[in-house]
Amino acid sequence: MSTPTGTYLIRGAAILGGATEDLLIRDGIIAARGIDLQQSAATGTAESLDAGLTVIDGTGLVALPGMVDIHTHLREPGREDAETVETGTRAAALGGYTAVHAMANSNPVADTAGVVEQVHSLGISAGWVDVRPVGAVTVGLAGKQLAELGAMADSRAGVRVFSDDGICVHDPVLMRRALEYVKAFDGVVAQHAQEPRLTEGAQMNEGEVSSVLGLAGWPAVAEESIIARDVLLAQHVGSRLHICHVSTAGSVELIRWAKERGINVTAEVTPHHLLLTDDLVRSYDPVYKVNPPLRTDADVQALRAGLADGTIDVIGTDHAPHPSEHKECEWAQAAMGMTGLETALSVVQETMIETGLMTWADFARVTSTVPAQIGRVADQGRPLEVGEPANIVLVDPAARWIVDPAAMATMGRNSPFRGLELPGRVIATFFHGHPTVLAGALNTPRRILGGDA
Amino acid sequence: MKHLLSTQDLSRDNAILILDTAEQMAAVGDREVKKLPALRGRTVVNLFFEDSTRTRISFEAAAKRLSADVINFAAKGSSVSKGESLKDTAQTLSAMGADAVVIRHWASGAPHRLAATDWIDAGVINAGDGTHEHPTQALLDAFTMRRHWSALTGSGSTGGDLAGMRVAIAGDVLHSRVARSNVWLLRTLGATVTLVAPPTLLPIGVESWPCTVSYDLDQTIAQGVDAVMMLRVQGERMNASFFPSTREYSRRWGFDDNRLRALDELGMKDTIIMHPGPMNRGLEISSAAADSPRSTVLAQVRNGVSVRMAALYLLLSGDFREPAVQPSKETTR
Repeated sequence: MSTPTGTYLIRGAAILGGATEDLLIRDGIIAARGIDLQQSAATGTAESLDAGLTVIDGTGLVALPGMVDIHTHLREPGREDAETVETGTRAAALGGYTAVHAMANSNPVADTAGVVEQVHSLGISAGWVDVRPVGAVTVGLAGKQLAELGAMADSRAGVRVFSDDGICVHDPVLMRRALEYVKAFDGVVAQHAQEPRLTEGAQMNEGEVSSVLGLAGWPAVAEESIIARDVLLAQHVGSRLHICHVSTAGSVELIRWAKERGINVTAEVTPHHLLLTDDLVRSYDPVYKVNPPLRTDADVQALRAGLADGTIDVIGTDHAPHPSEHKECEWAQAAMGMTGLETALSVVQETMIETGLMTWADFARVTSTVPAQIGRVADQGRPLEVGEPANIVLVDPAARWIVDPAAMATMGRNSPFRGLELPGRVIATFFHGHPTVLAGALNTPRRILGGDA
Repeated sequence: MKHLLSTQDLSRDNAILILDTAEQMAAVGDREVKKLPALRGRTVVNLFFEDSTRTRISFEAAAKRLSADVINFAAKGSSVSKGESLKDTAQTLSAMGADAVVIRHWASGAPHRLAATDWIDAGVINAGDGTHEHPTQALLDAFTMRRHWSALTGSGSTGGDLAGMRVAIAGDVLHSRVARSNVWLLRTLGATVTLVAPPTLLPIGVESWPCTVSYDLDQTIAQGVDAVMMLRVQGERMNASFFPSTREYSRRWGFDDNRLRALDELGMKDTIIMHPGPMNRGLEISSAAADSPRSTVLAQVRNGVSVRMAALYLLLSGDFREPAVQPSKETTR
């Protein structure tokens, strides 16, 4: 059972950026929604608005369902020098998230029921967001033998998303088997689409910039050829497929084609691929080193268009914190990855909403509703309606801020948005009715009575 | 100019300044006492993360002729396997009071990292980084070409550029820092460049470079060329399907005896043959070509010292007109 989380009245926030209404949060759910709830006897709630009530002025704020990240690296167990479940989920809450999917490339790899239950329980202890472990597709991410997918699905972690993220499930037979097998428990395989032979030693997008910089190229075709193969495999075996961090214009075209044919594929794009291009690599600053790599402006525009028209379903941060020594070195030596949990909302607002490509309602769809559906997270990504779990984020869309990695809650300082001025600020995050973030700052974690479930 | 990292961002004025300064430095090499006091008391570190005896001794000779103190730091192998990071190495050298760091590194961009970070406050000269650039090699090639071109065209050897000169660069462009640095510098100096290579050894994106591209060396020669620069074929390319066999490579893209004869038959008596060394005789260049009067291979080595003296001098003193004077105050840290 959840602790009493108090009663909160959000007054006059724009629901999904639309009309302004009040939201009453009590006992972890949305107890009432309407105009001027405090005065309204008609709601039947007026008498309950007692001394324990906290009123939050929502004027000028947008109320959205708590964000759900389909792609997060929390690094624990194994690389607690980079991030822990505690620090990563603090960052998530500050970024407006109420659930994250923790990728399997920990050490030990999350390829057994034991490891996914450990990560799940660390998430509950931390209390900042739902931590949904992603199970590895293959033992040790080695691409040789299926991990015990069923055991992970049946564990207390209830895993539904399986991925060898960071490594492509390259063997077509193994990929076919994984796609087929997870149907038994309504799972999904999230593919890191990267043909390994075409990307040996790859350092950056292969194109004009790589030719000048003399860095080994990561060609678009290495991503697109795997996506083409896998959508056909998914069609053949009638399975659900998810494509991680789509980065090229050609990939968008392939996924659009697959969806037109009725293939059950979903896709994600990262905030950094919506904003940044490989031109930044000219600095040789490894903060811009990421996998898949930053691409060209034509790719960025195609990704934005694909997200706007629904070809790409969701935003996934691919939040990948690294200790500074892994970035303070030569480009070729540096680790791949960027932090993203605390900047995702602002970058998506900058690239999709300020540009007029999407509304806040669309934002809710791609950052909450659909990622929760892909991950089969029943109590997340729900509409902001009476009786629904109170997973809510309040955003000040008029705020502007300058990204300062040193001020972030994540242990990673590798934000490629460092120094950029971005719009949008998370004012409050409610996680099952408990405010994990208030007044733009971390509040307290949600505590569950009776110990770990 | 605080650093010499690439020829892509080198202006025409600065390029010609370096070449002209190198002419003055070359005169020192002809004297009995081959030494100037210009950099007395300054410390130059040769920081080599990759073996290159030729480049290192060329820089060492250049620094010593300018009376600098030279420290050779051979950090062979990756910094990770060695246990010390580039950052720590740089900070160590900084603490020792290095005024200039000449860095050779297997990783593209490593010199940029040294120059862009606050790890070390010294001038950085790129002595070859990965498959990116090798600016002093391109400068010594341009110096060699300019001496040849100015003699042909009757222009003076200083102040001029390479306007009108036709240069073919043939071989493994994909992995060549020499080719990249040459393309940018030769463009800046007004020469026209044709890259000749098997399609497998040209980078994706080469179409954006300021040059033309050909797959046919014979055709390129037949169309007229004033300098042919052959690039070394690295051993590790030979078994990675870049080309079927060394014999086929040599027949199609090597400068062999037939192509040497073709220059004579086509009446191109003044065309020079260049190679940055070390050569694979019989692969990308035949012995007859390498040893012919057209070959500038040894002149390139000789000119390398002059060009590197000029680069070190200009970076450390900022005063190019009178090489013998002490460094000016403003650039002293």
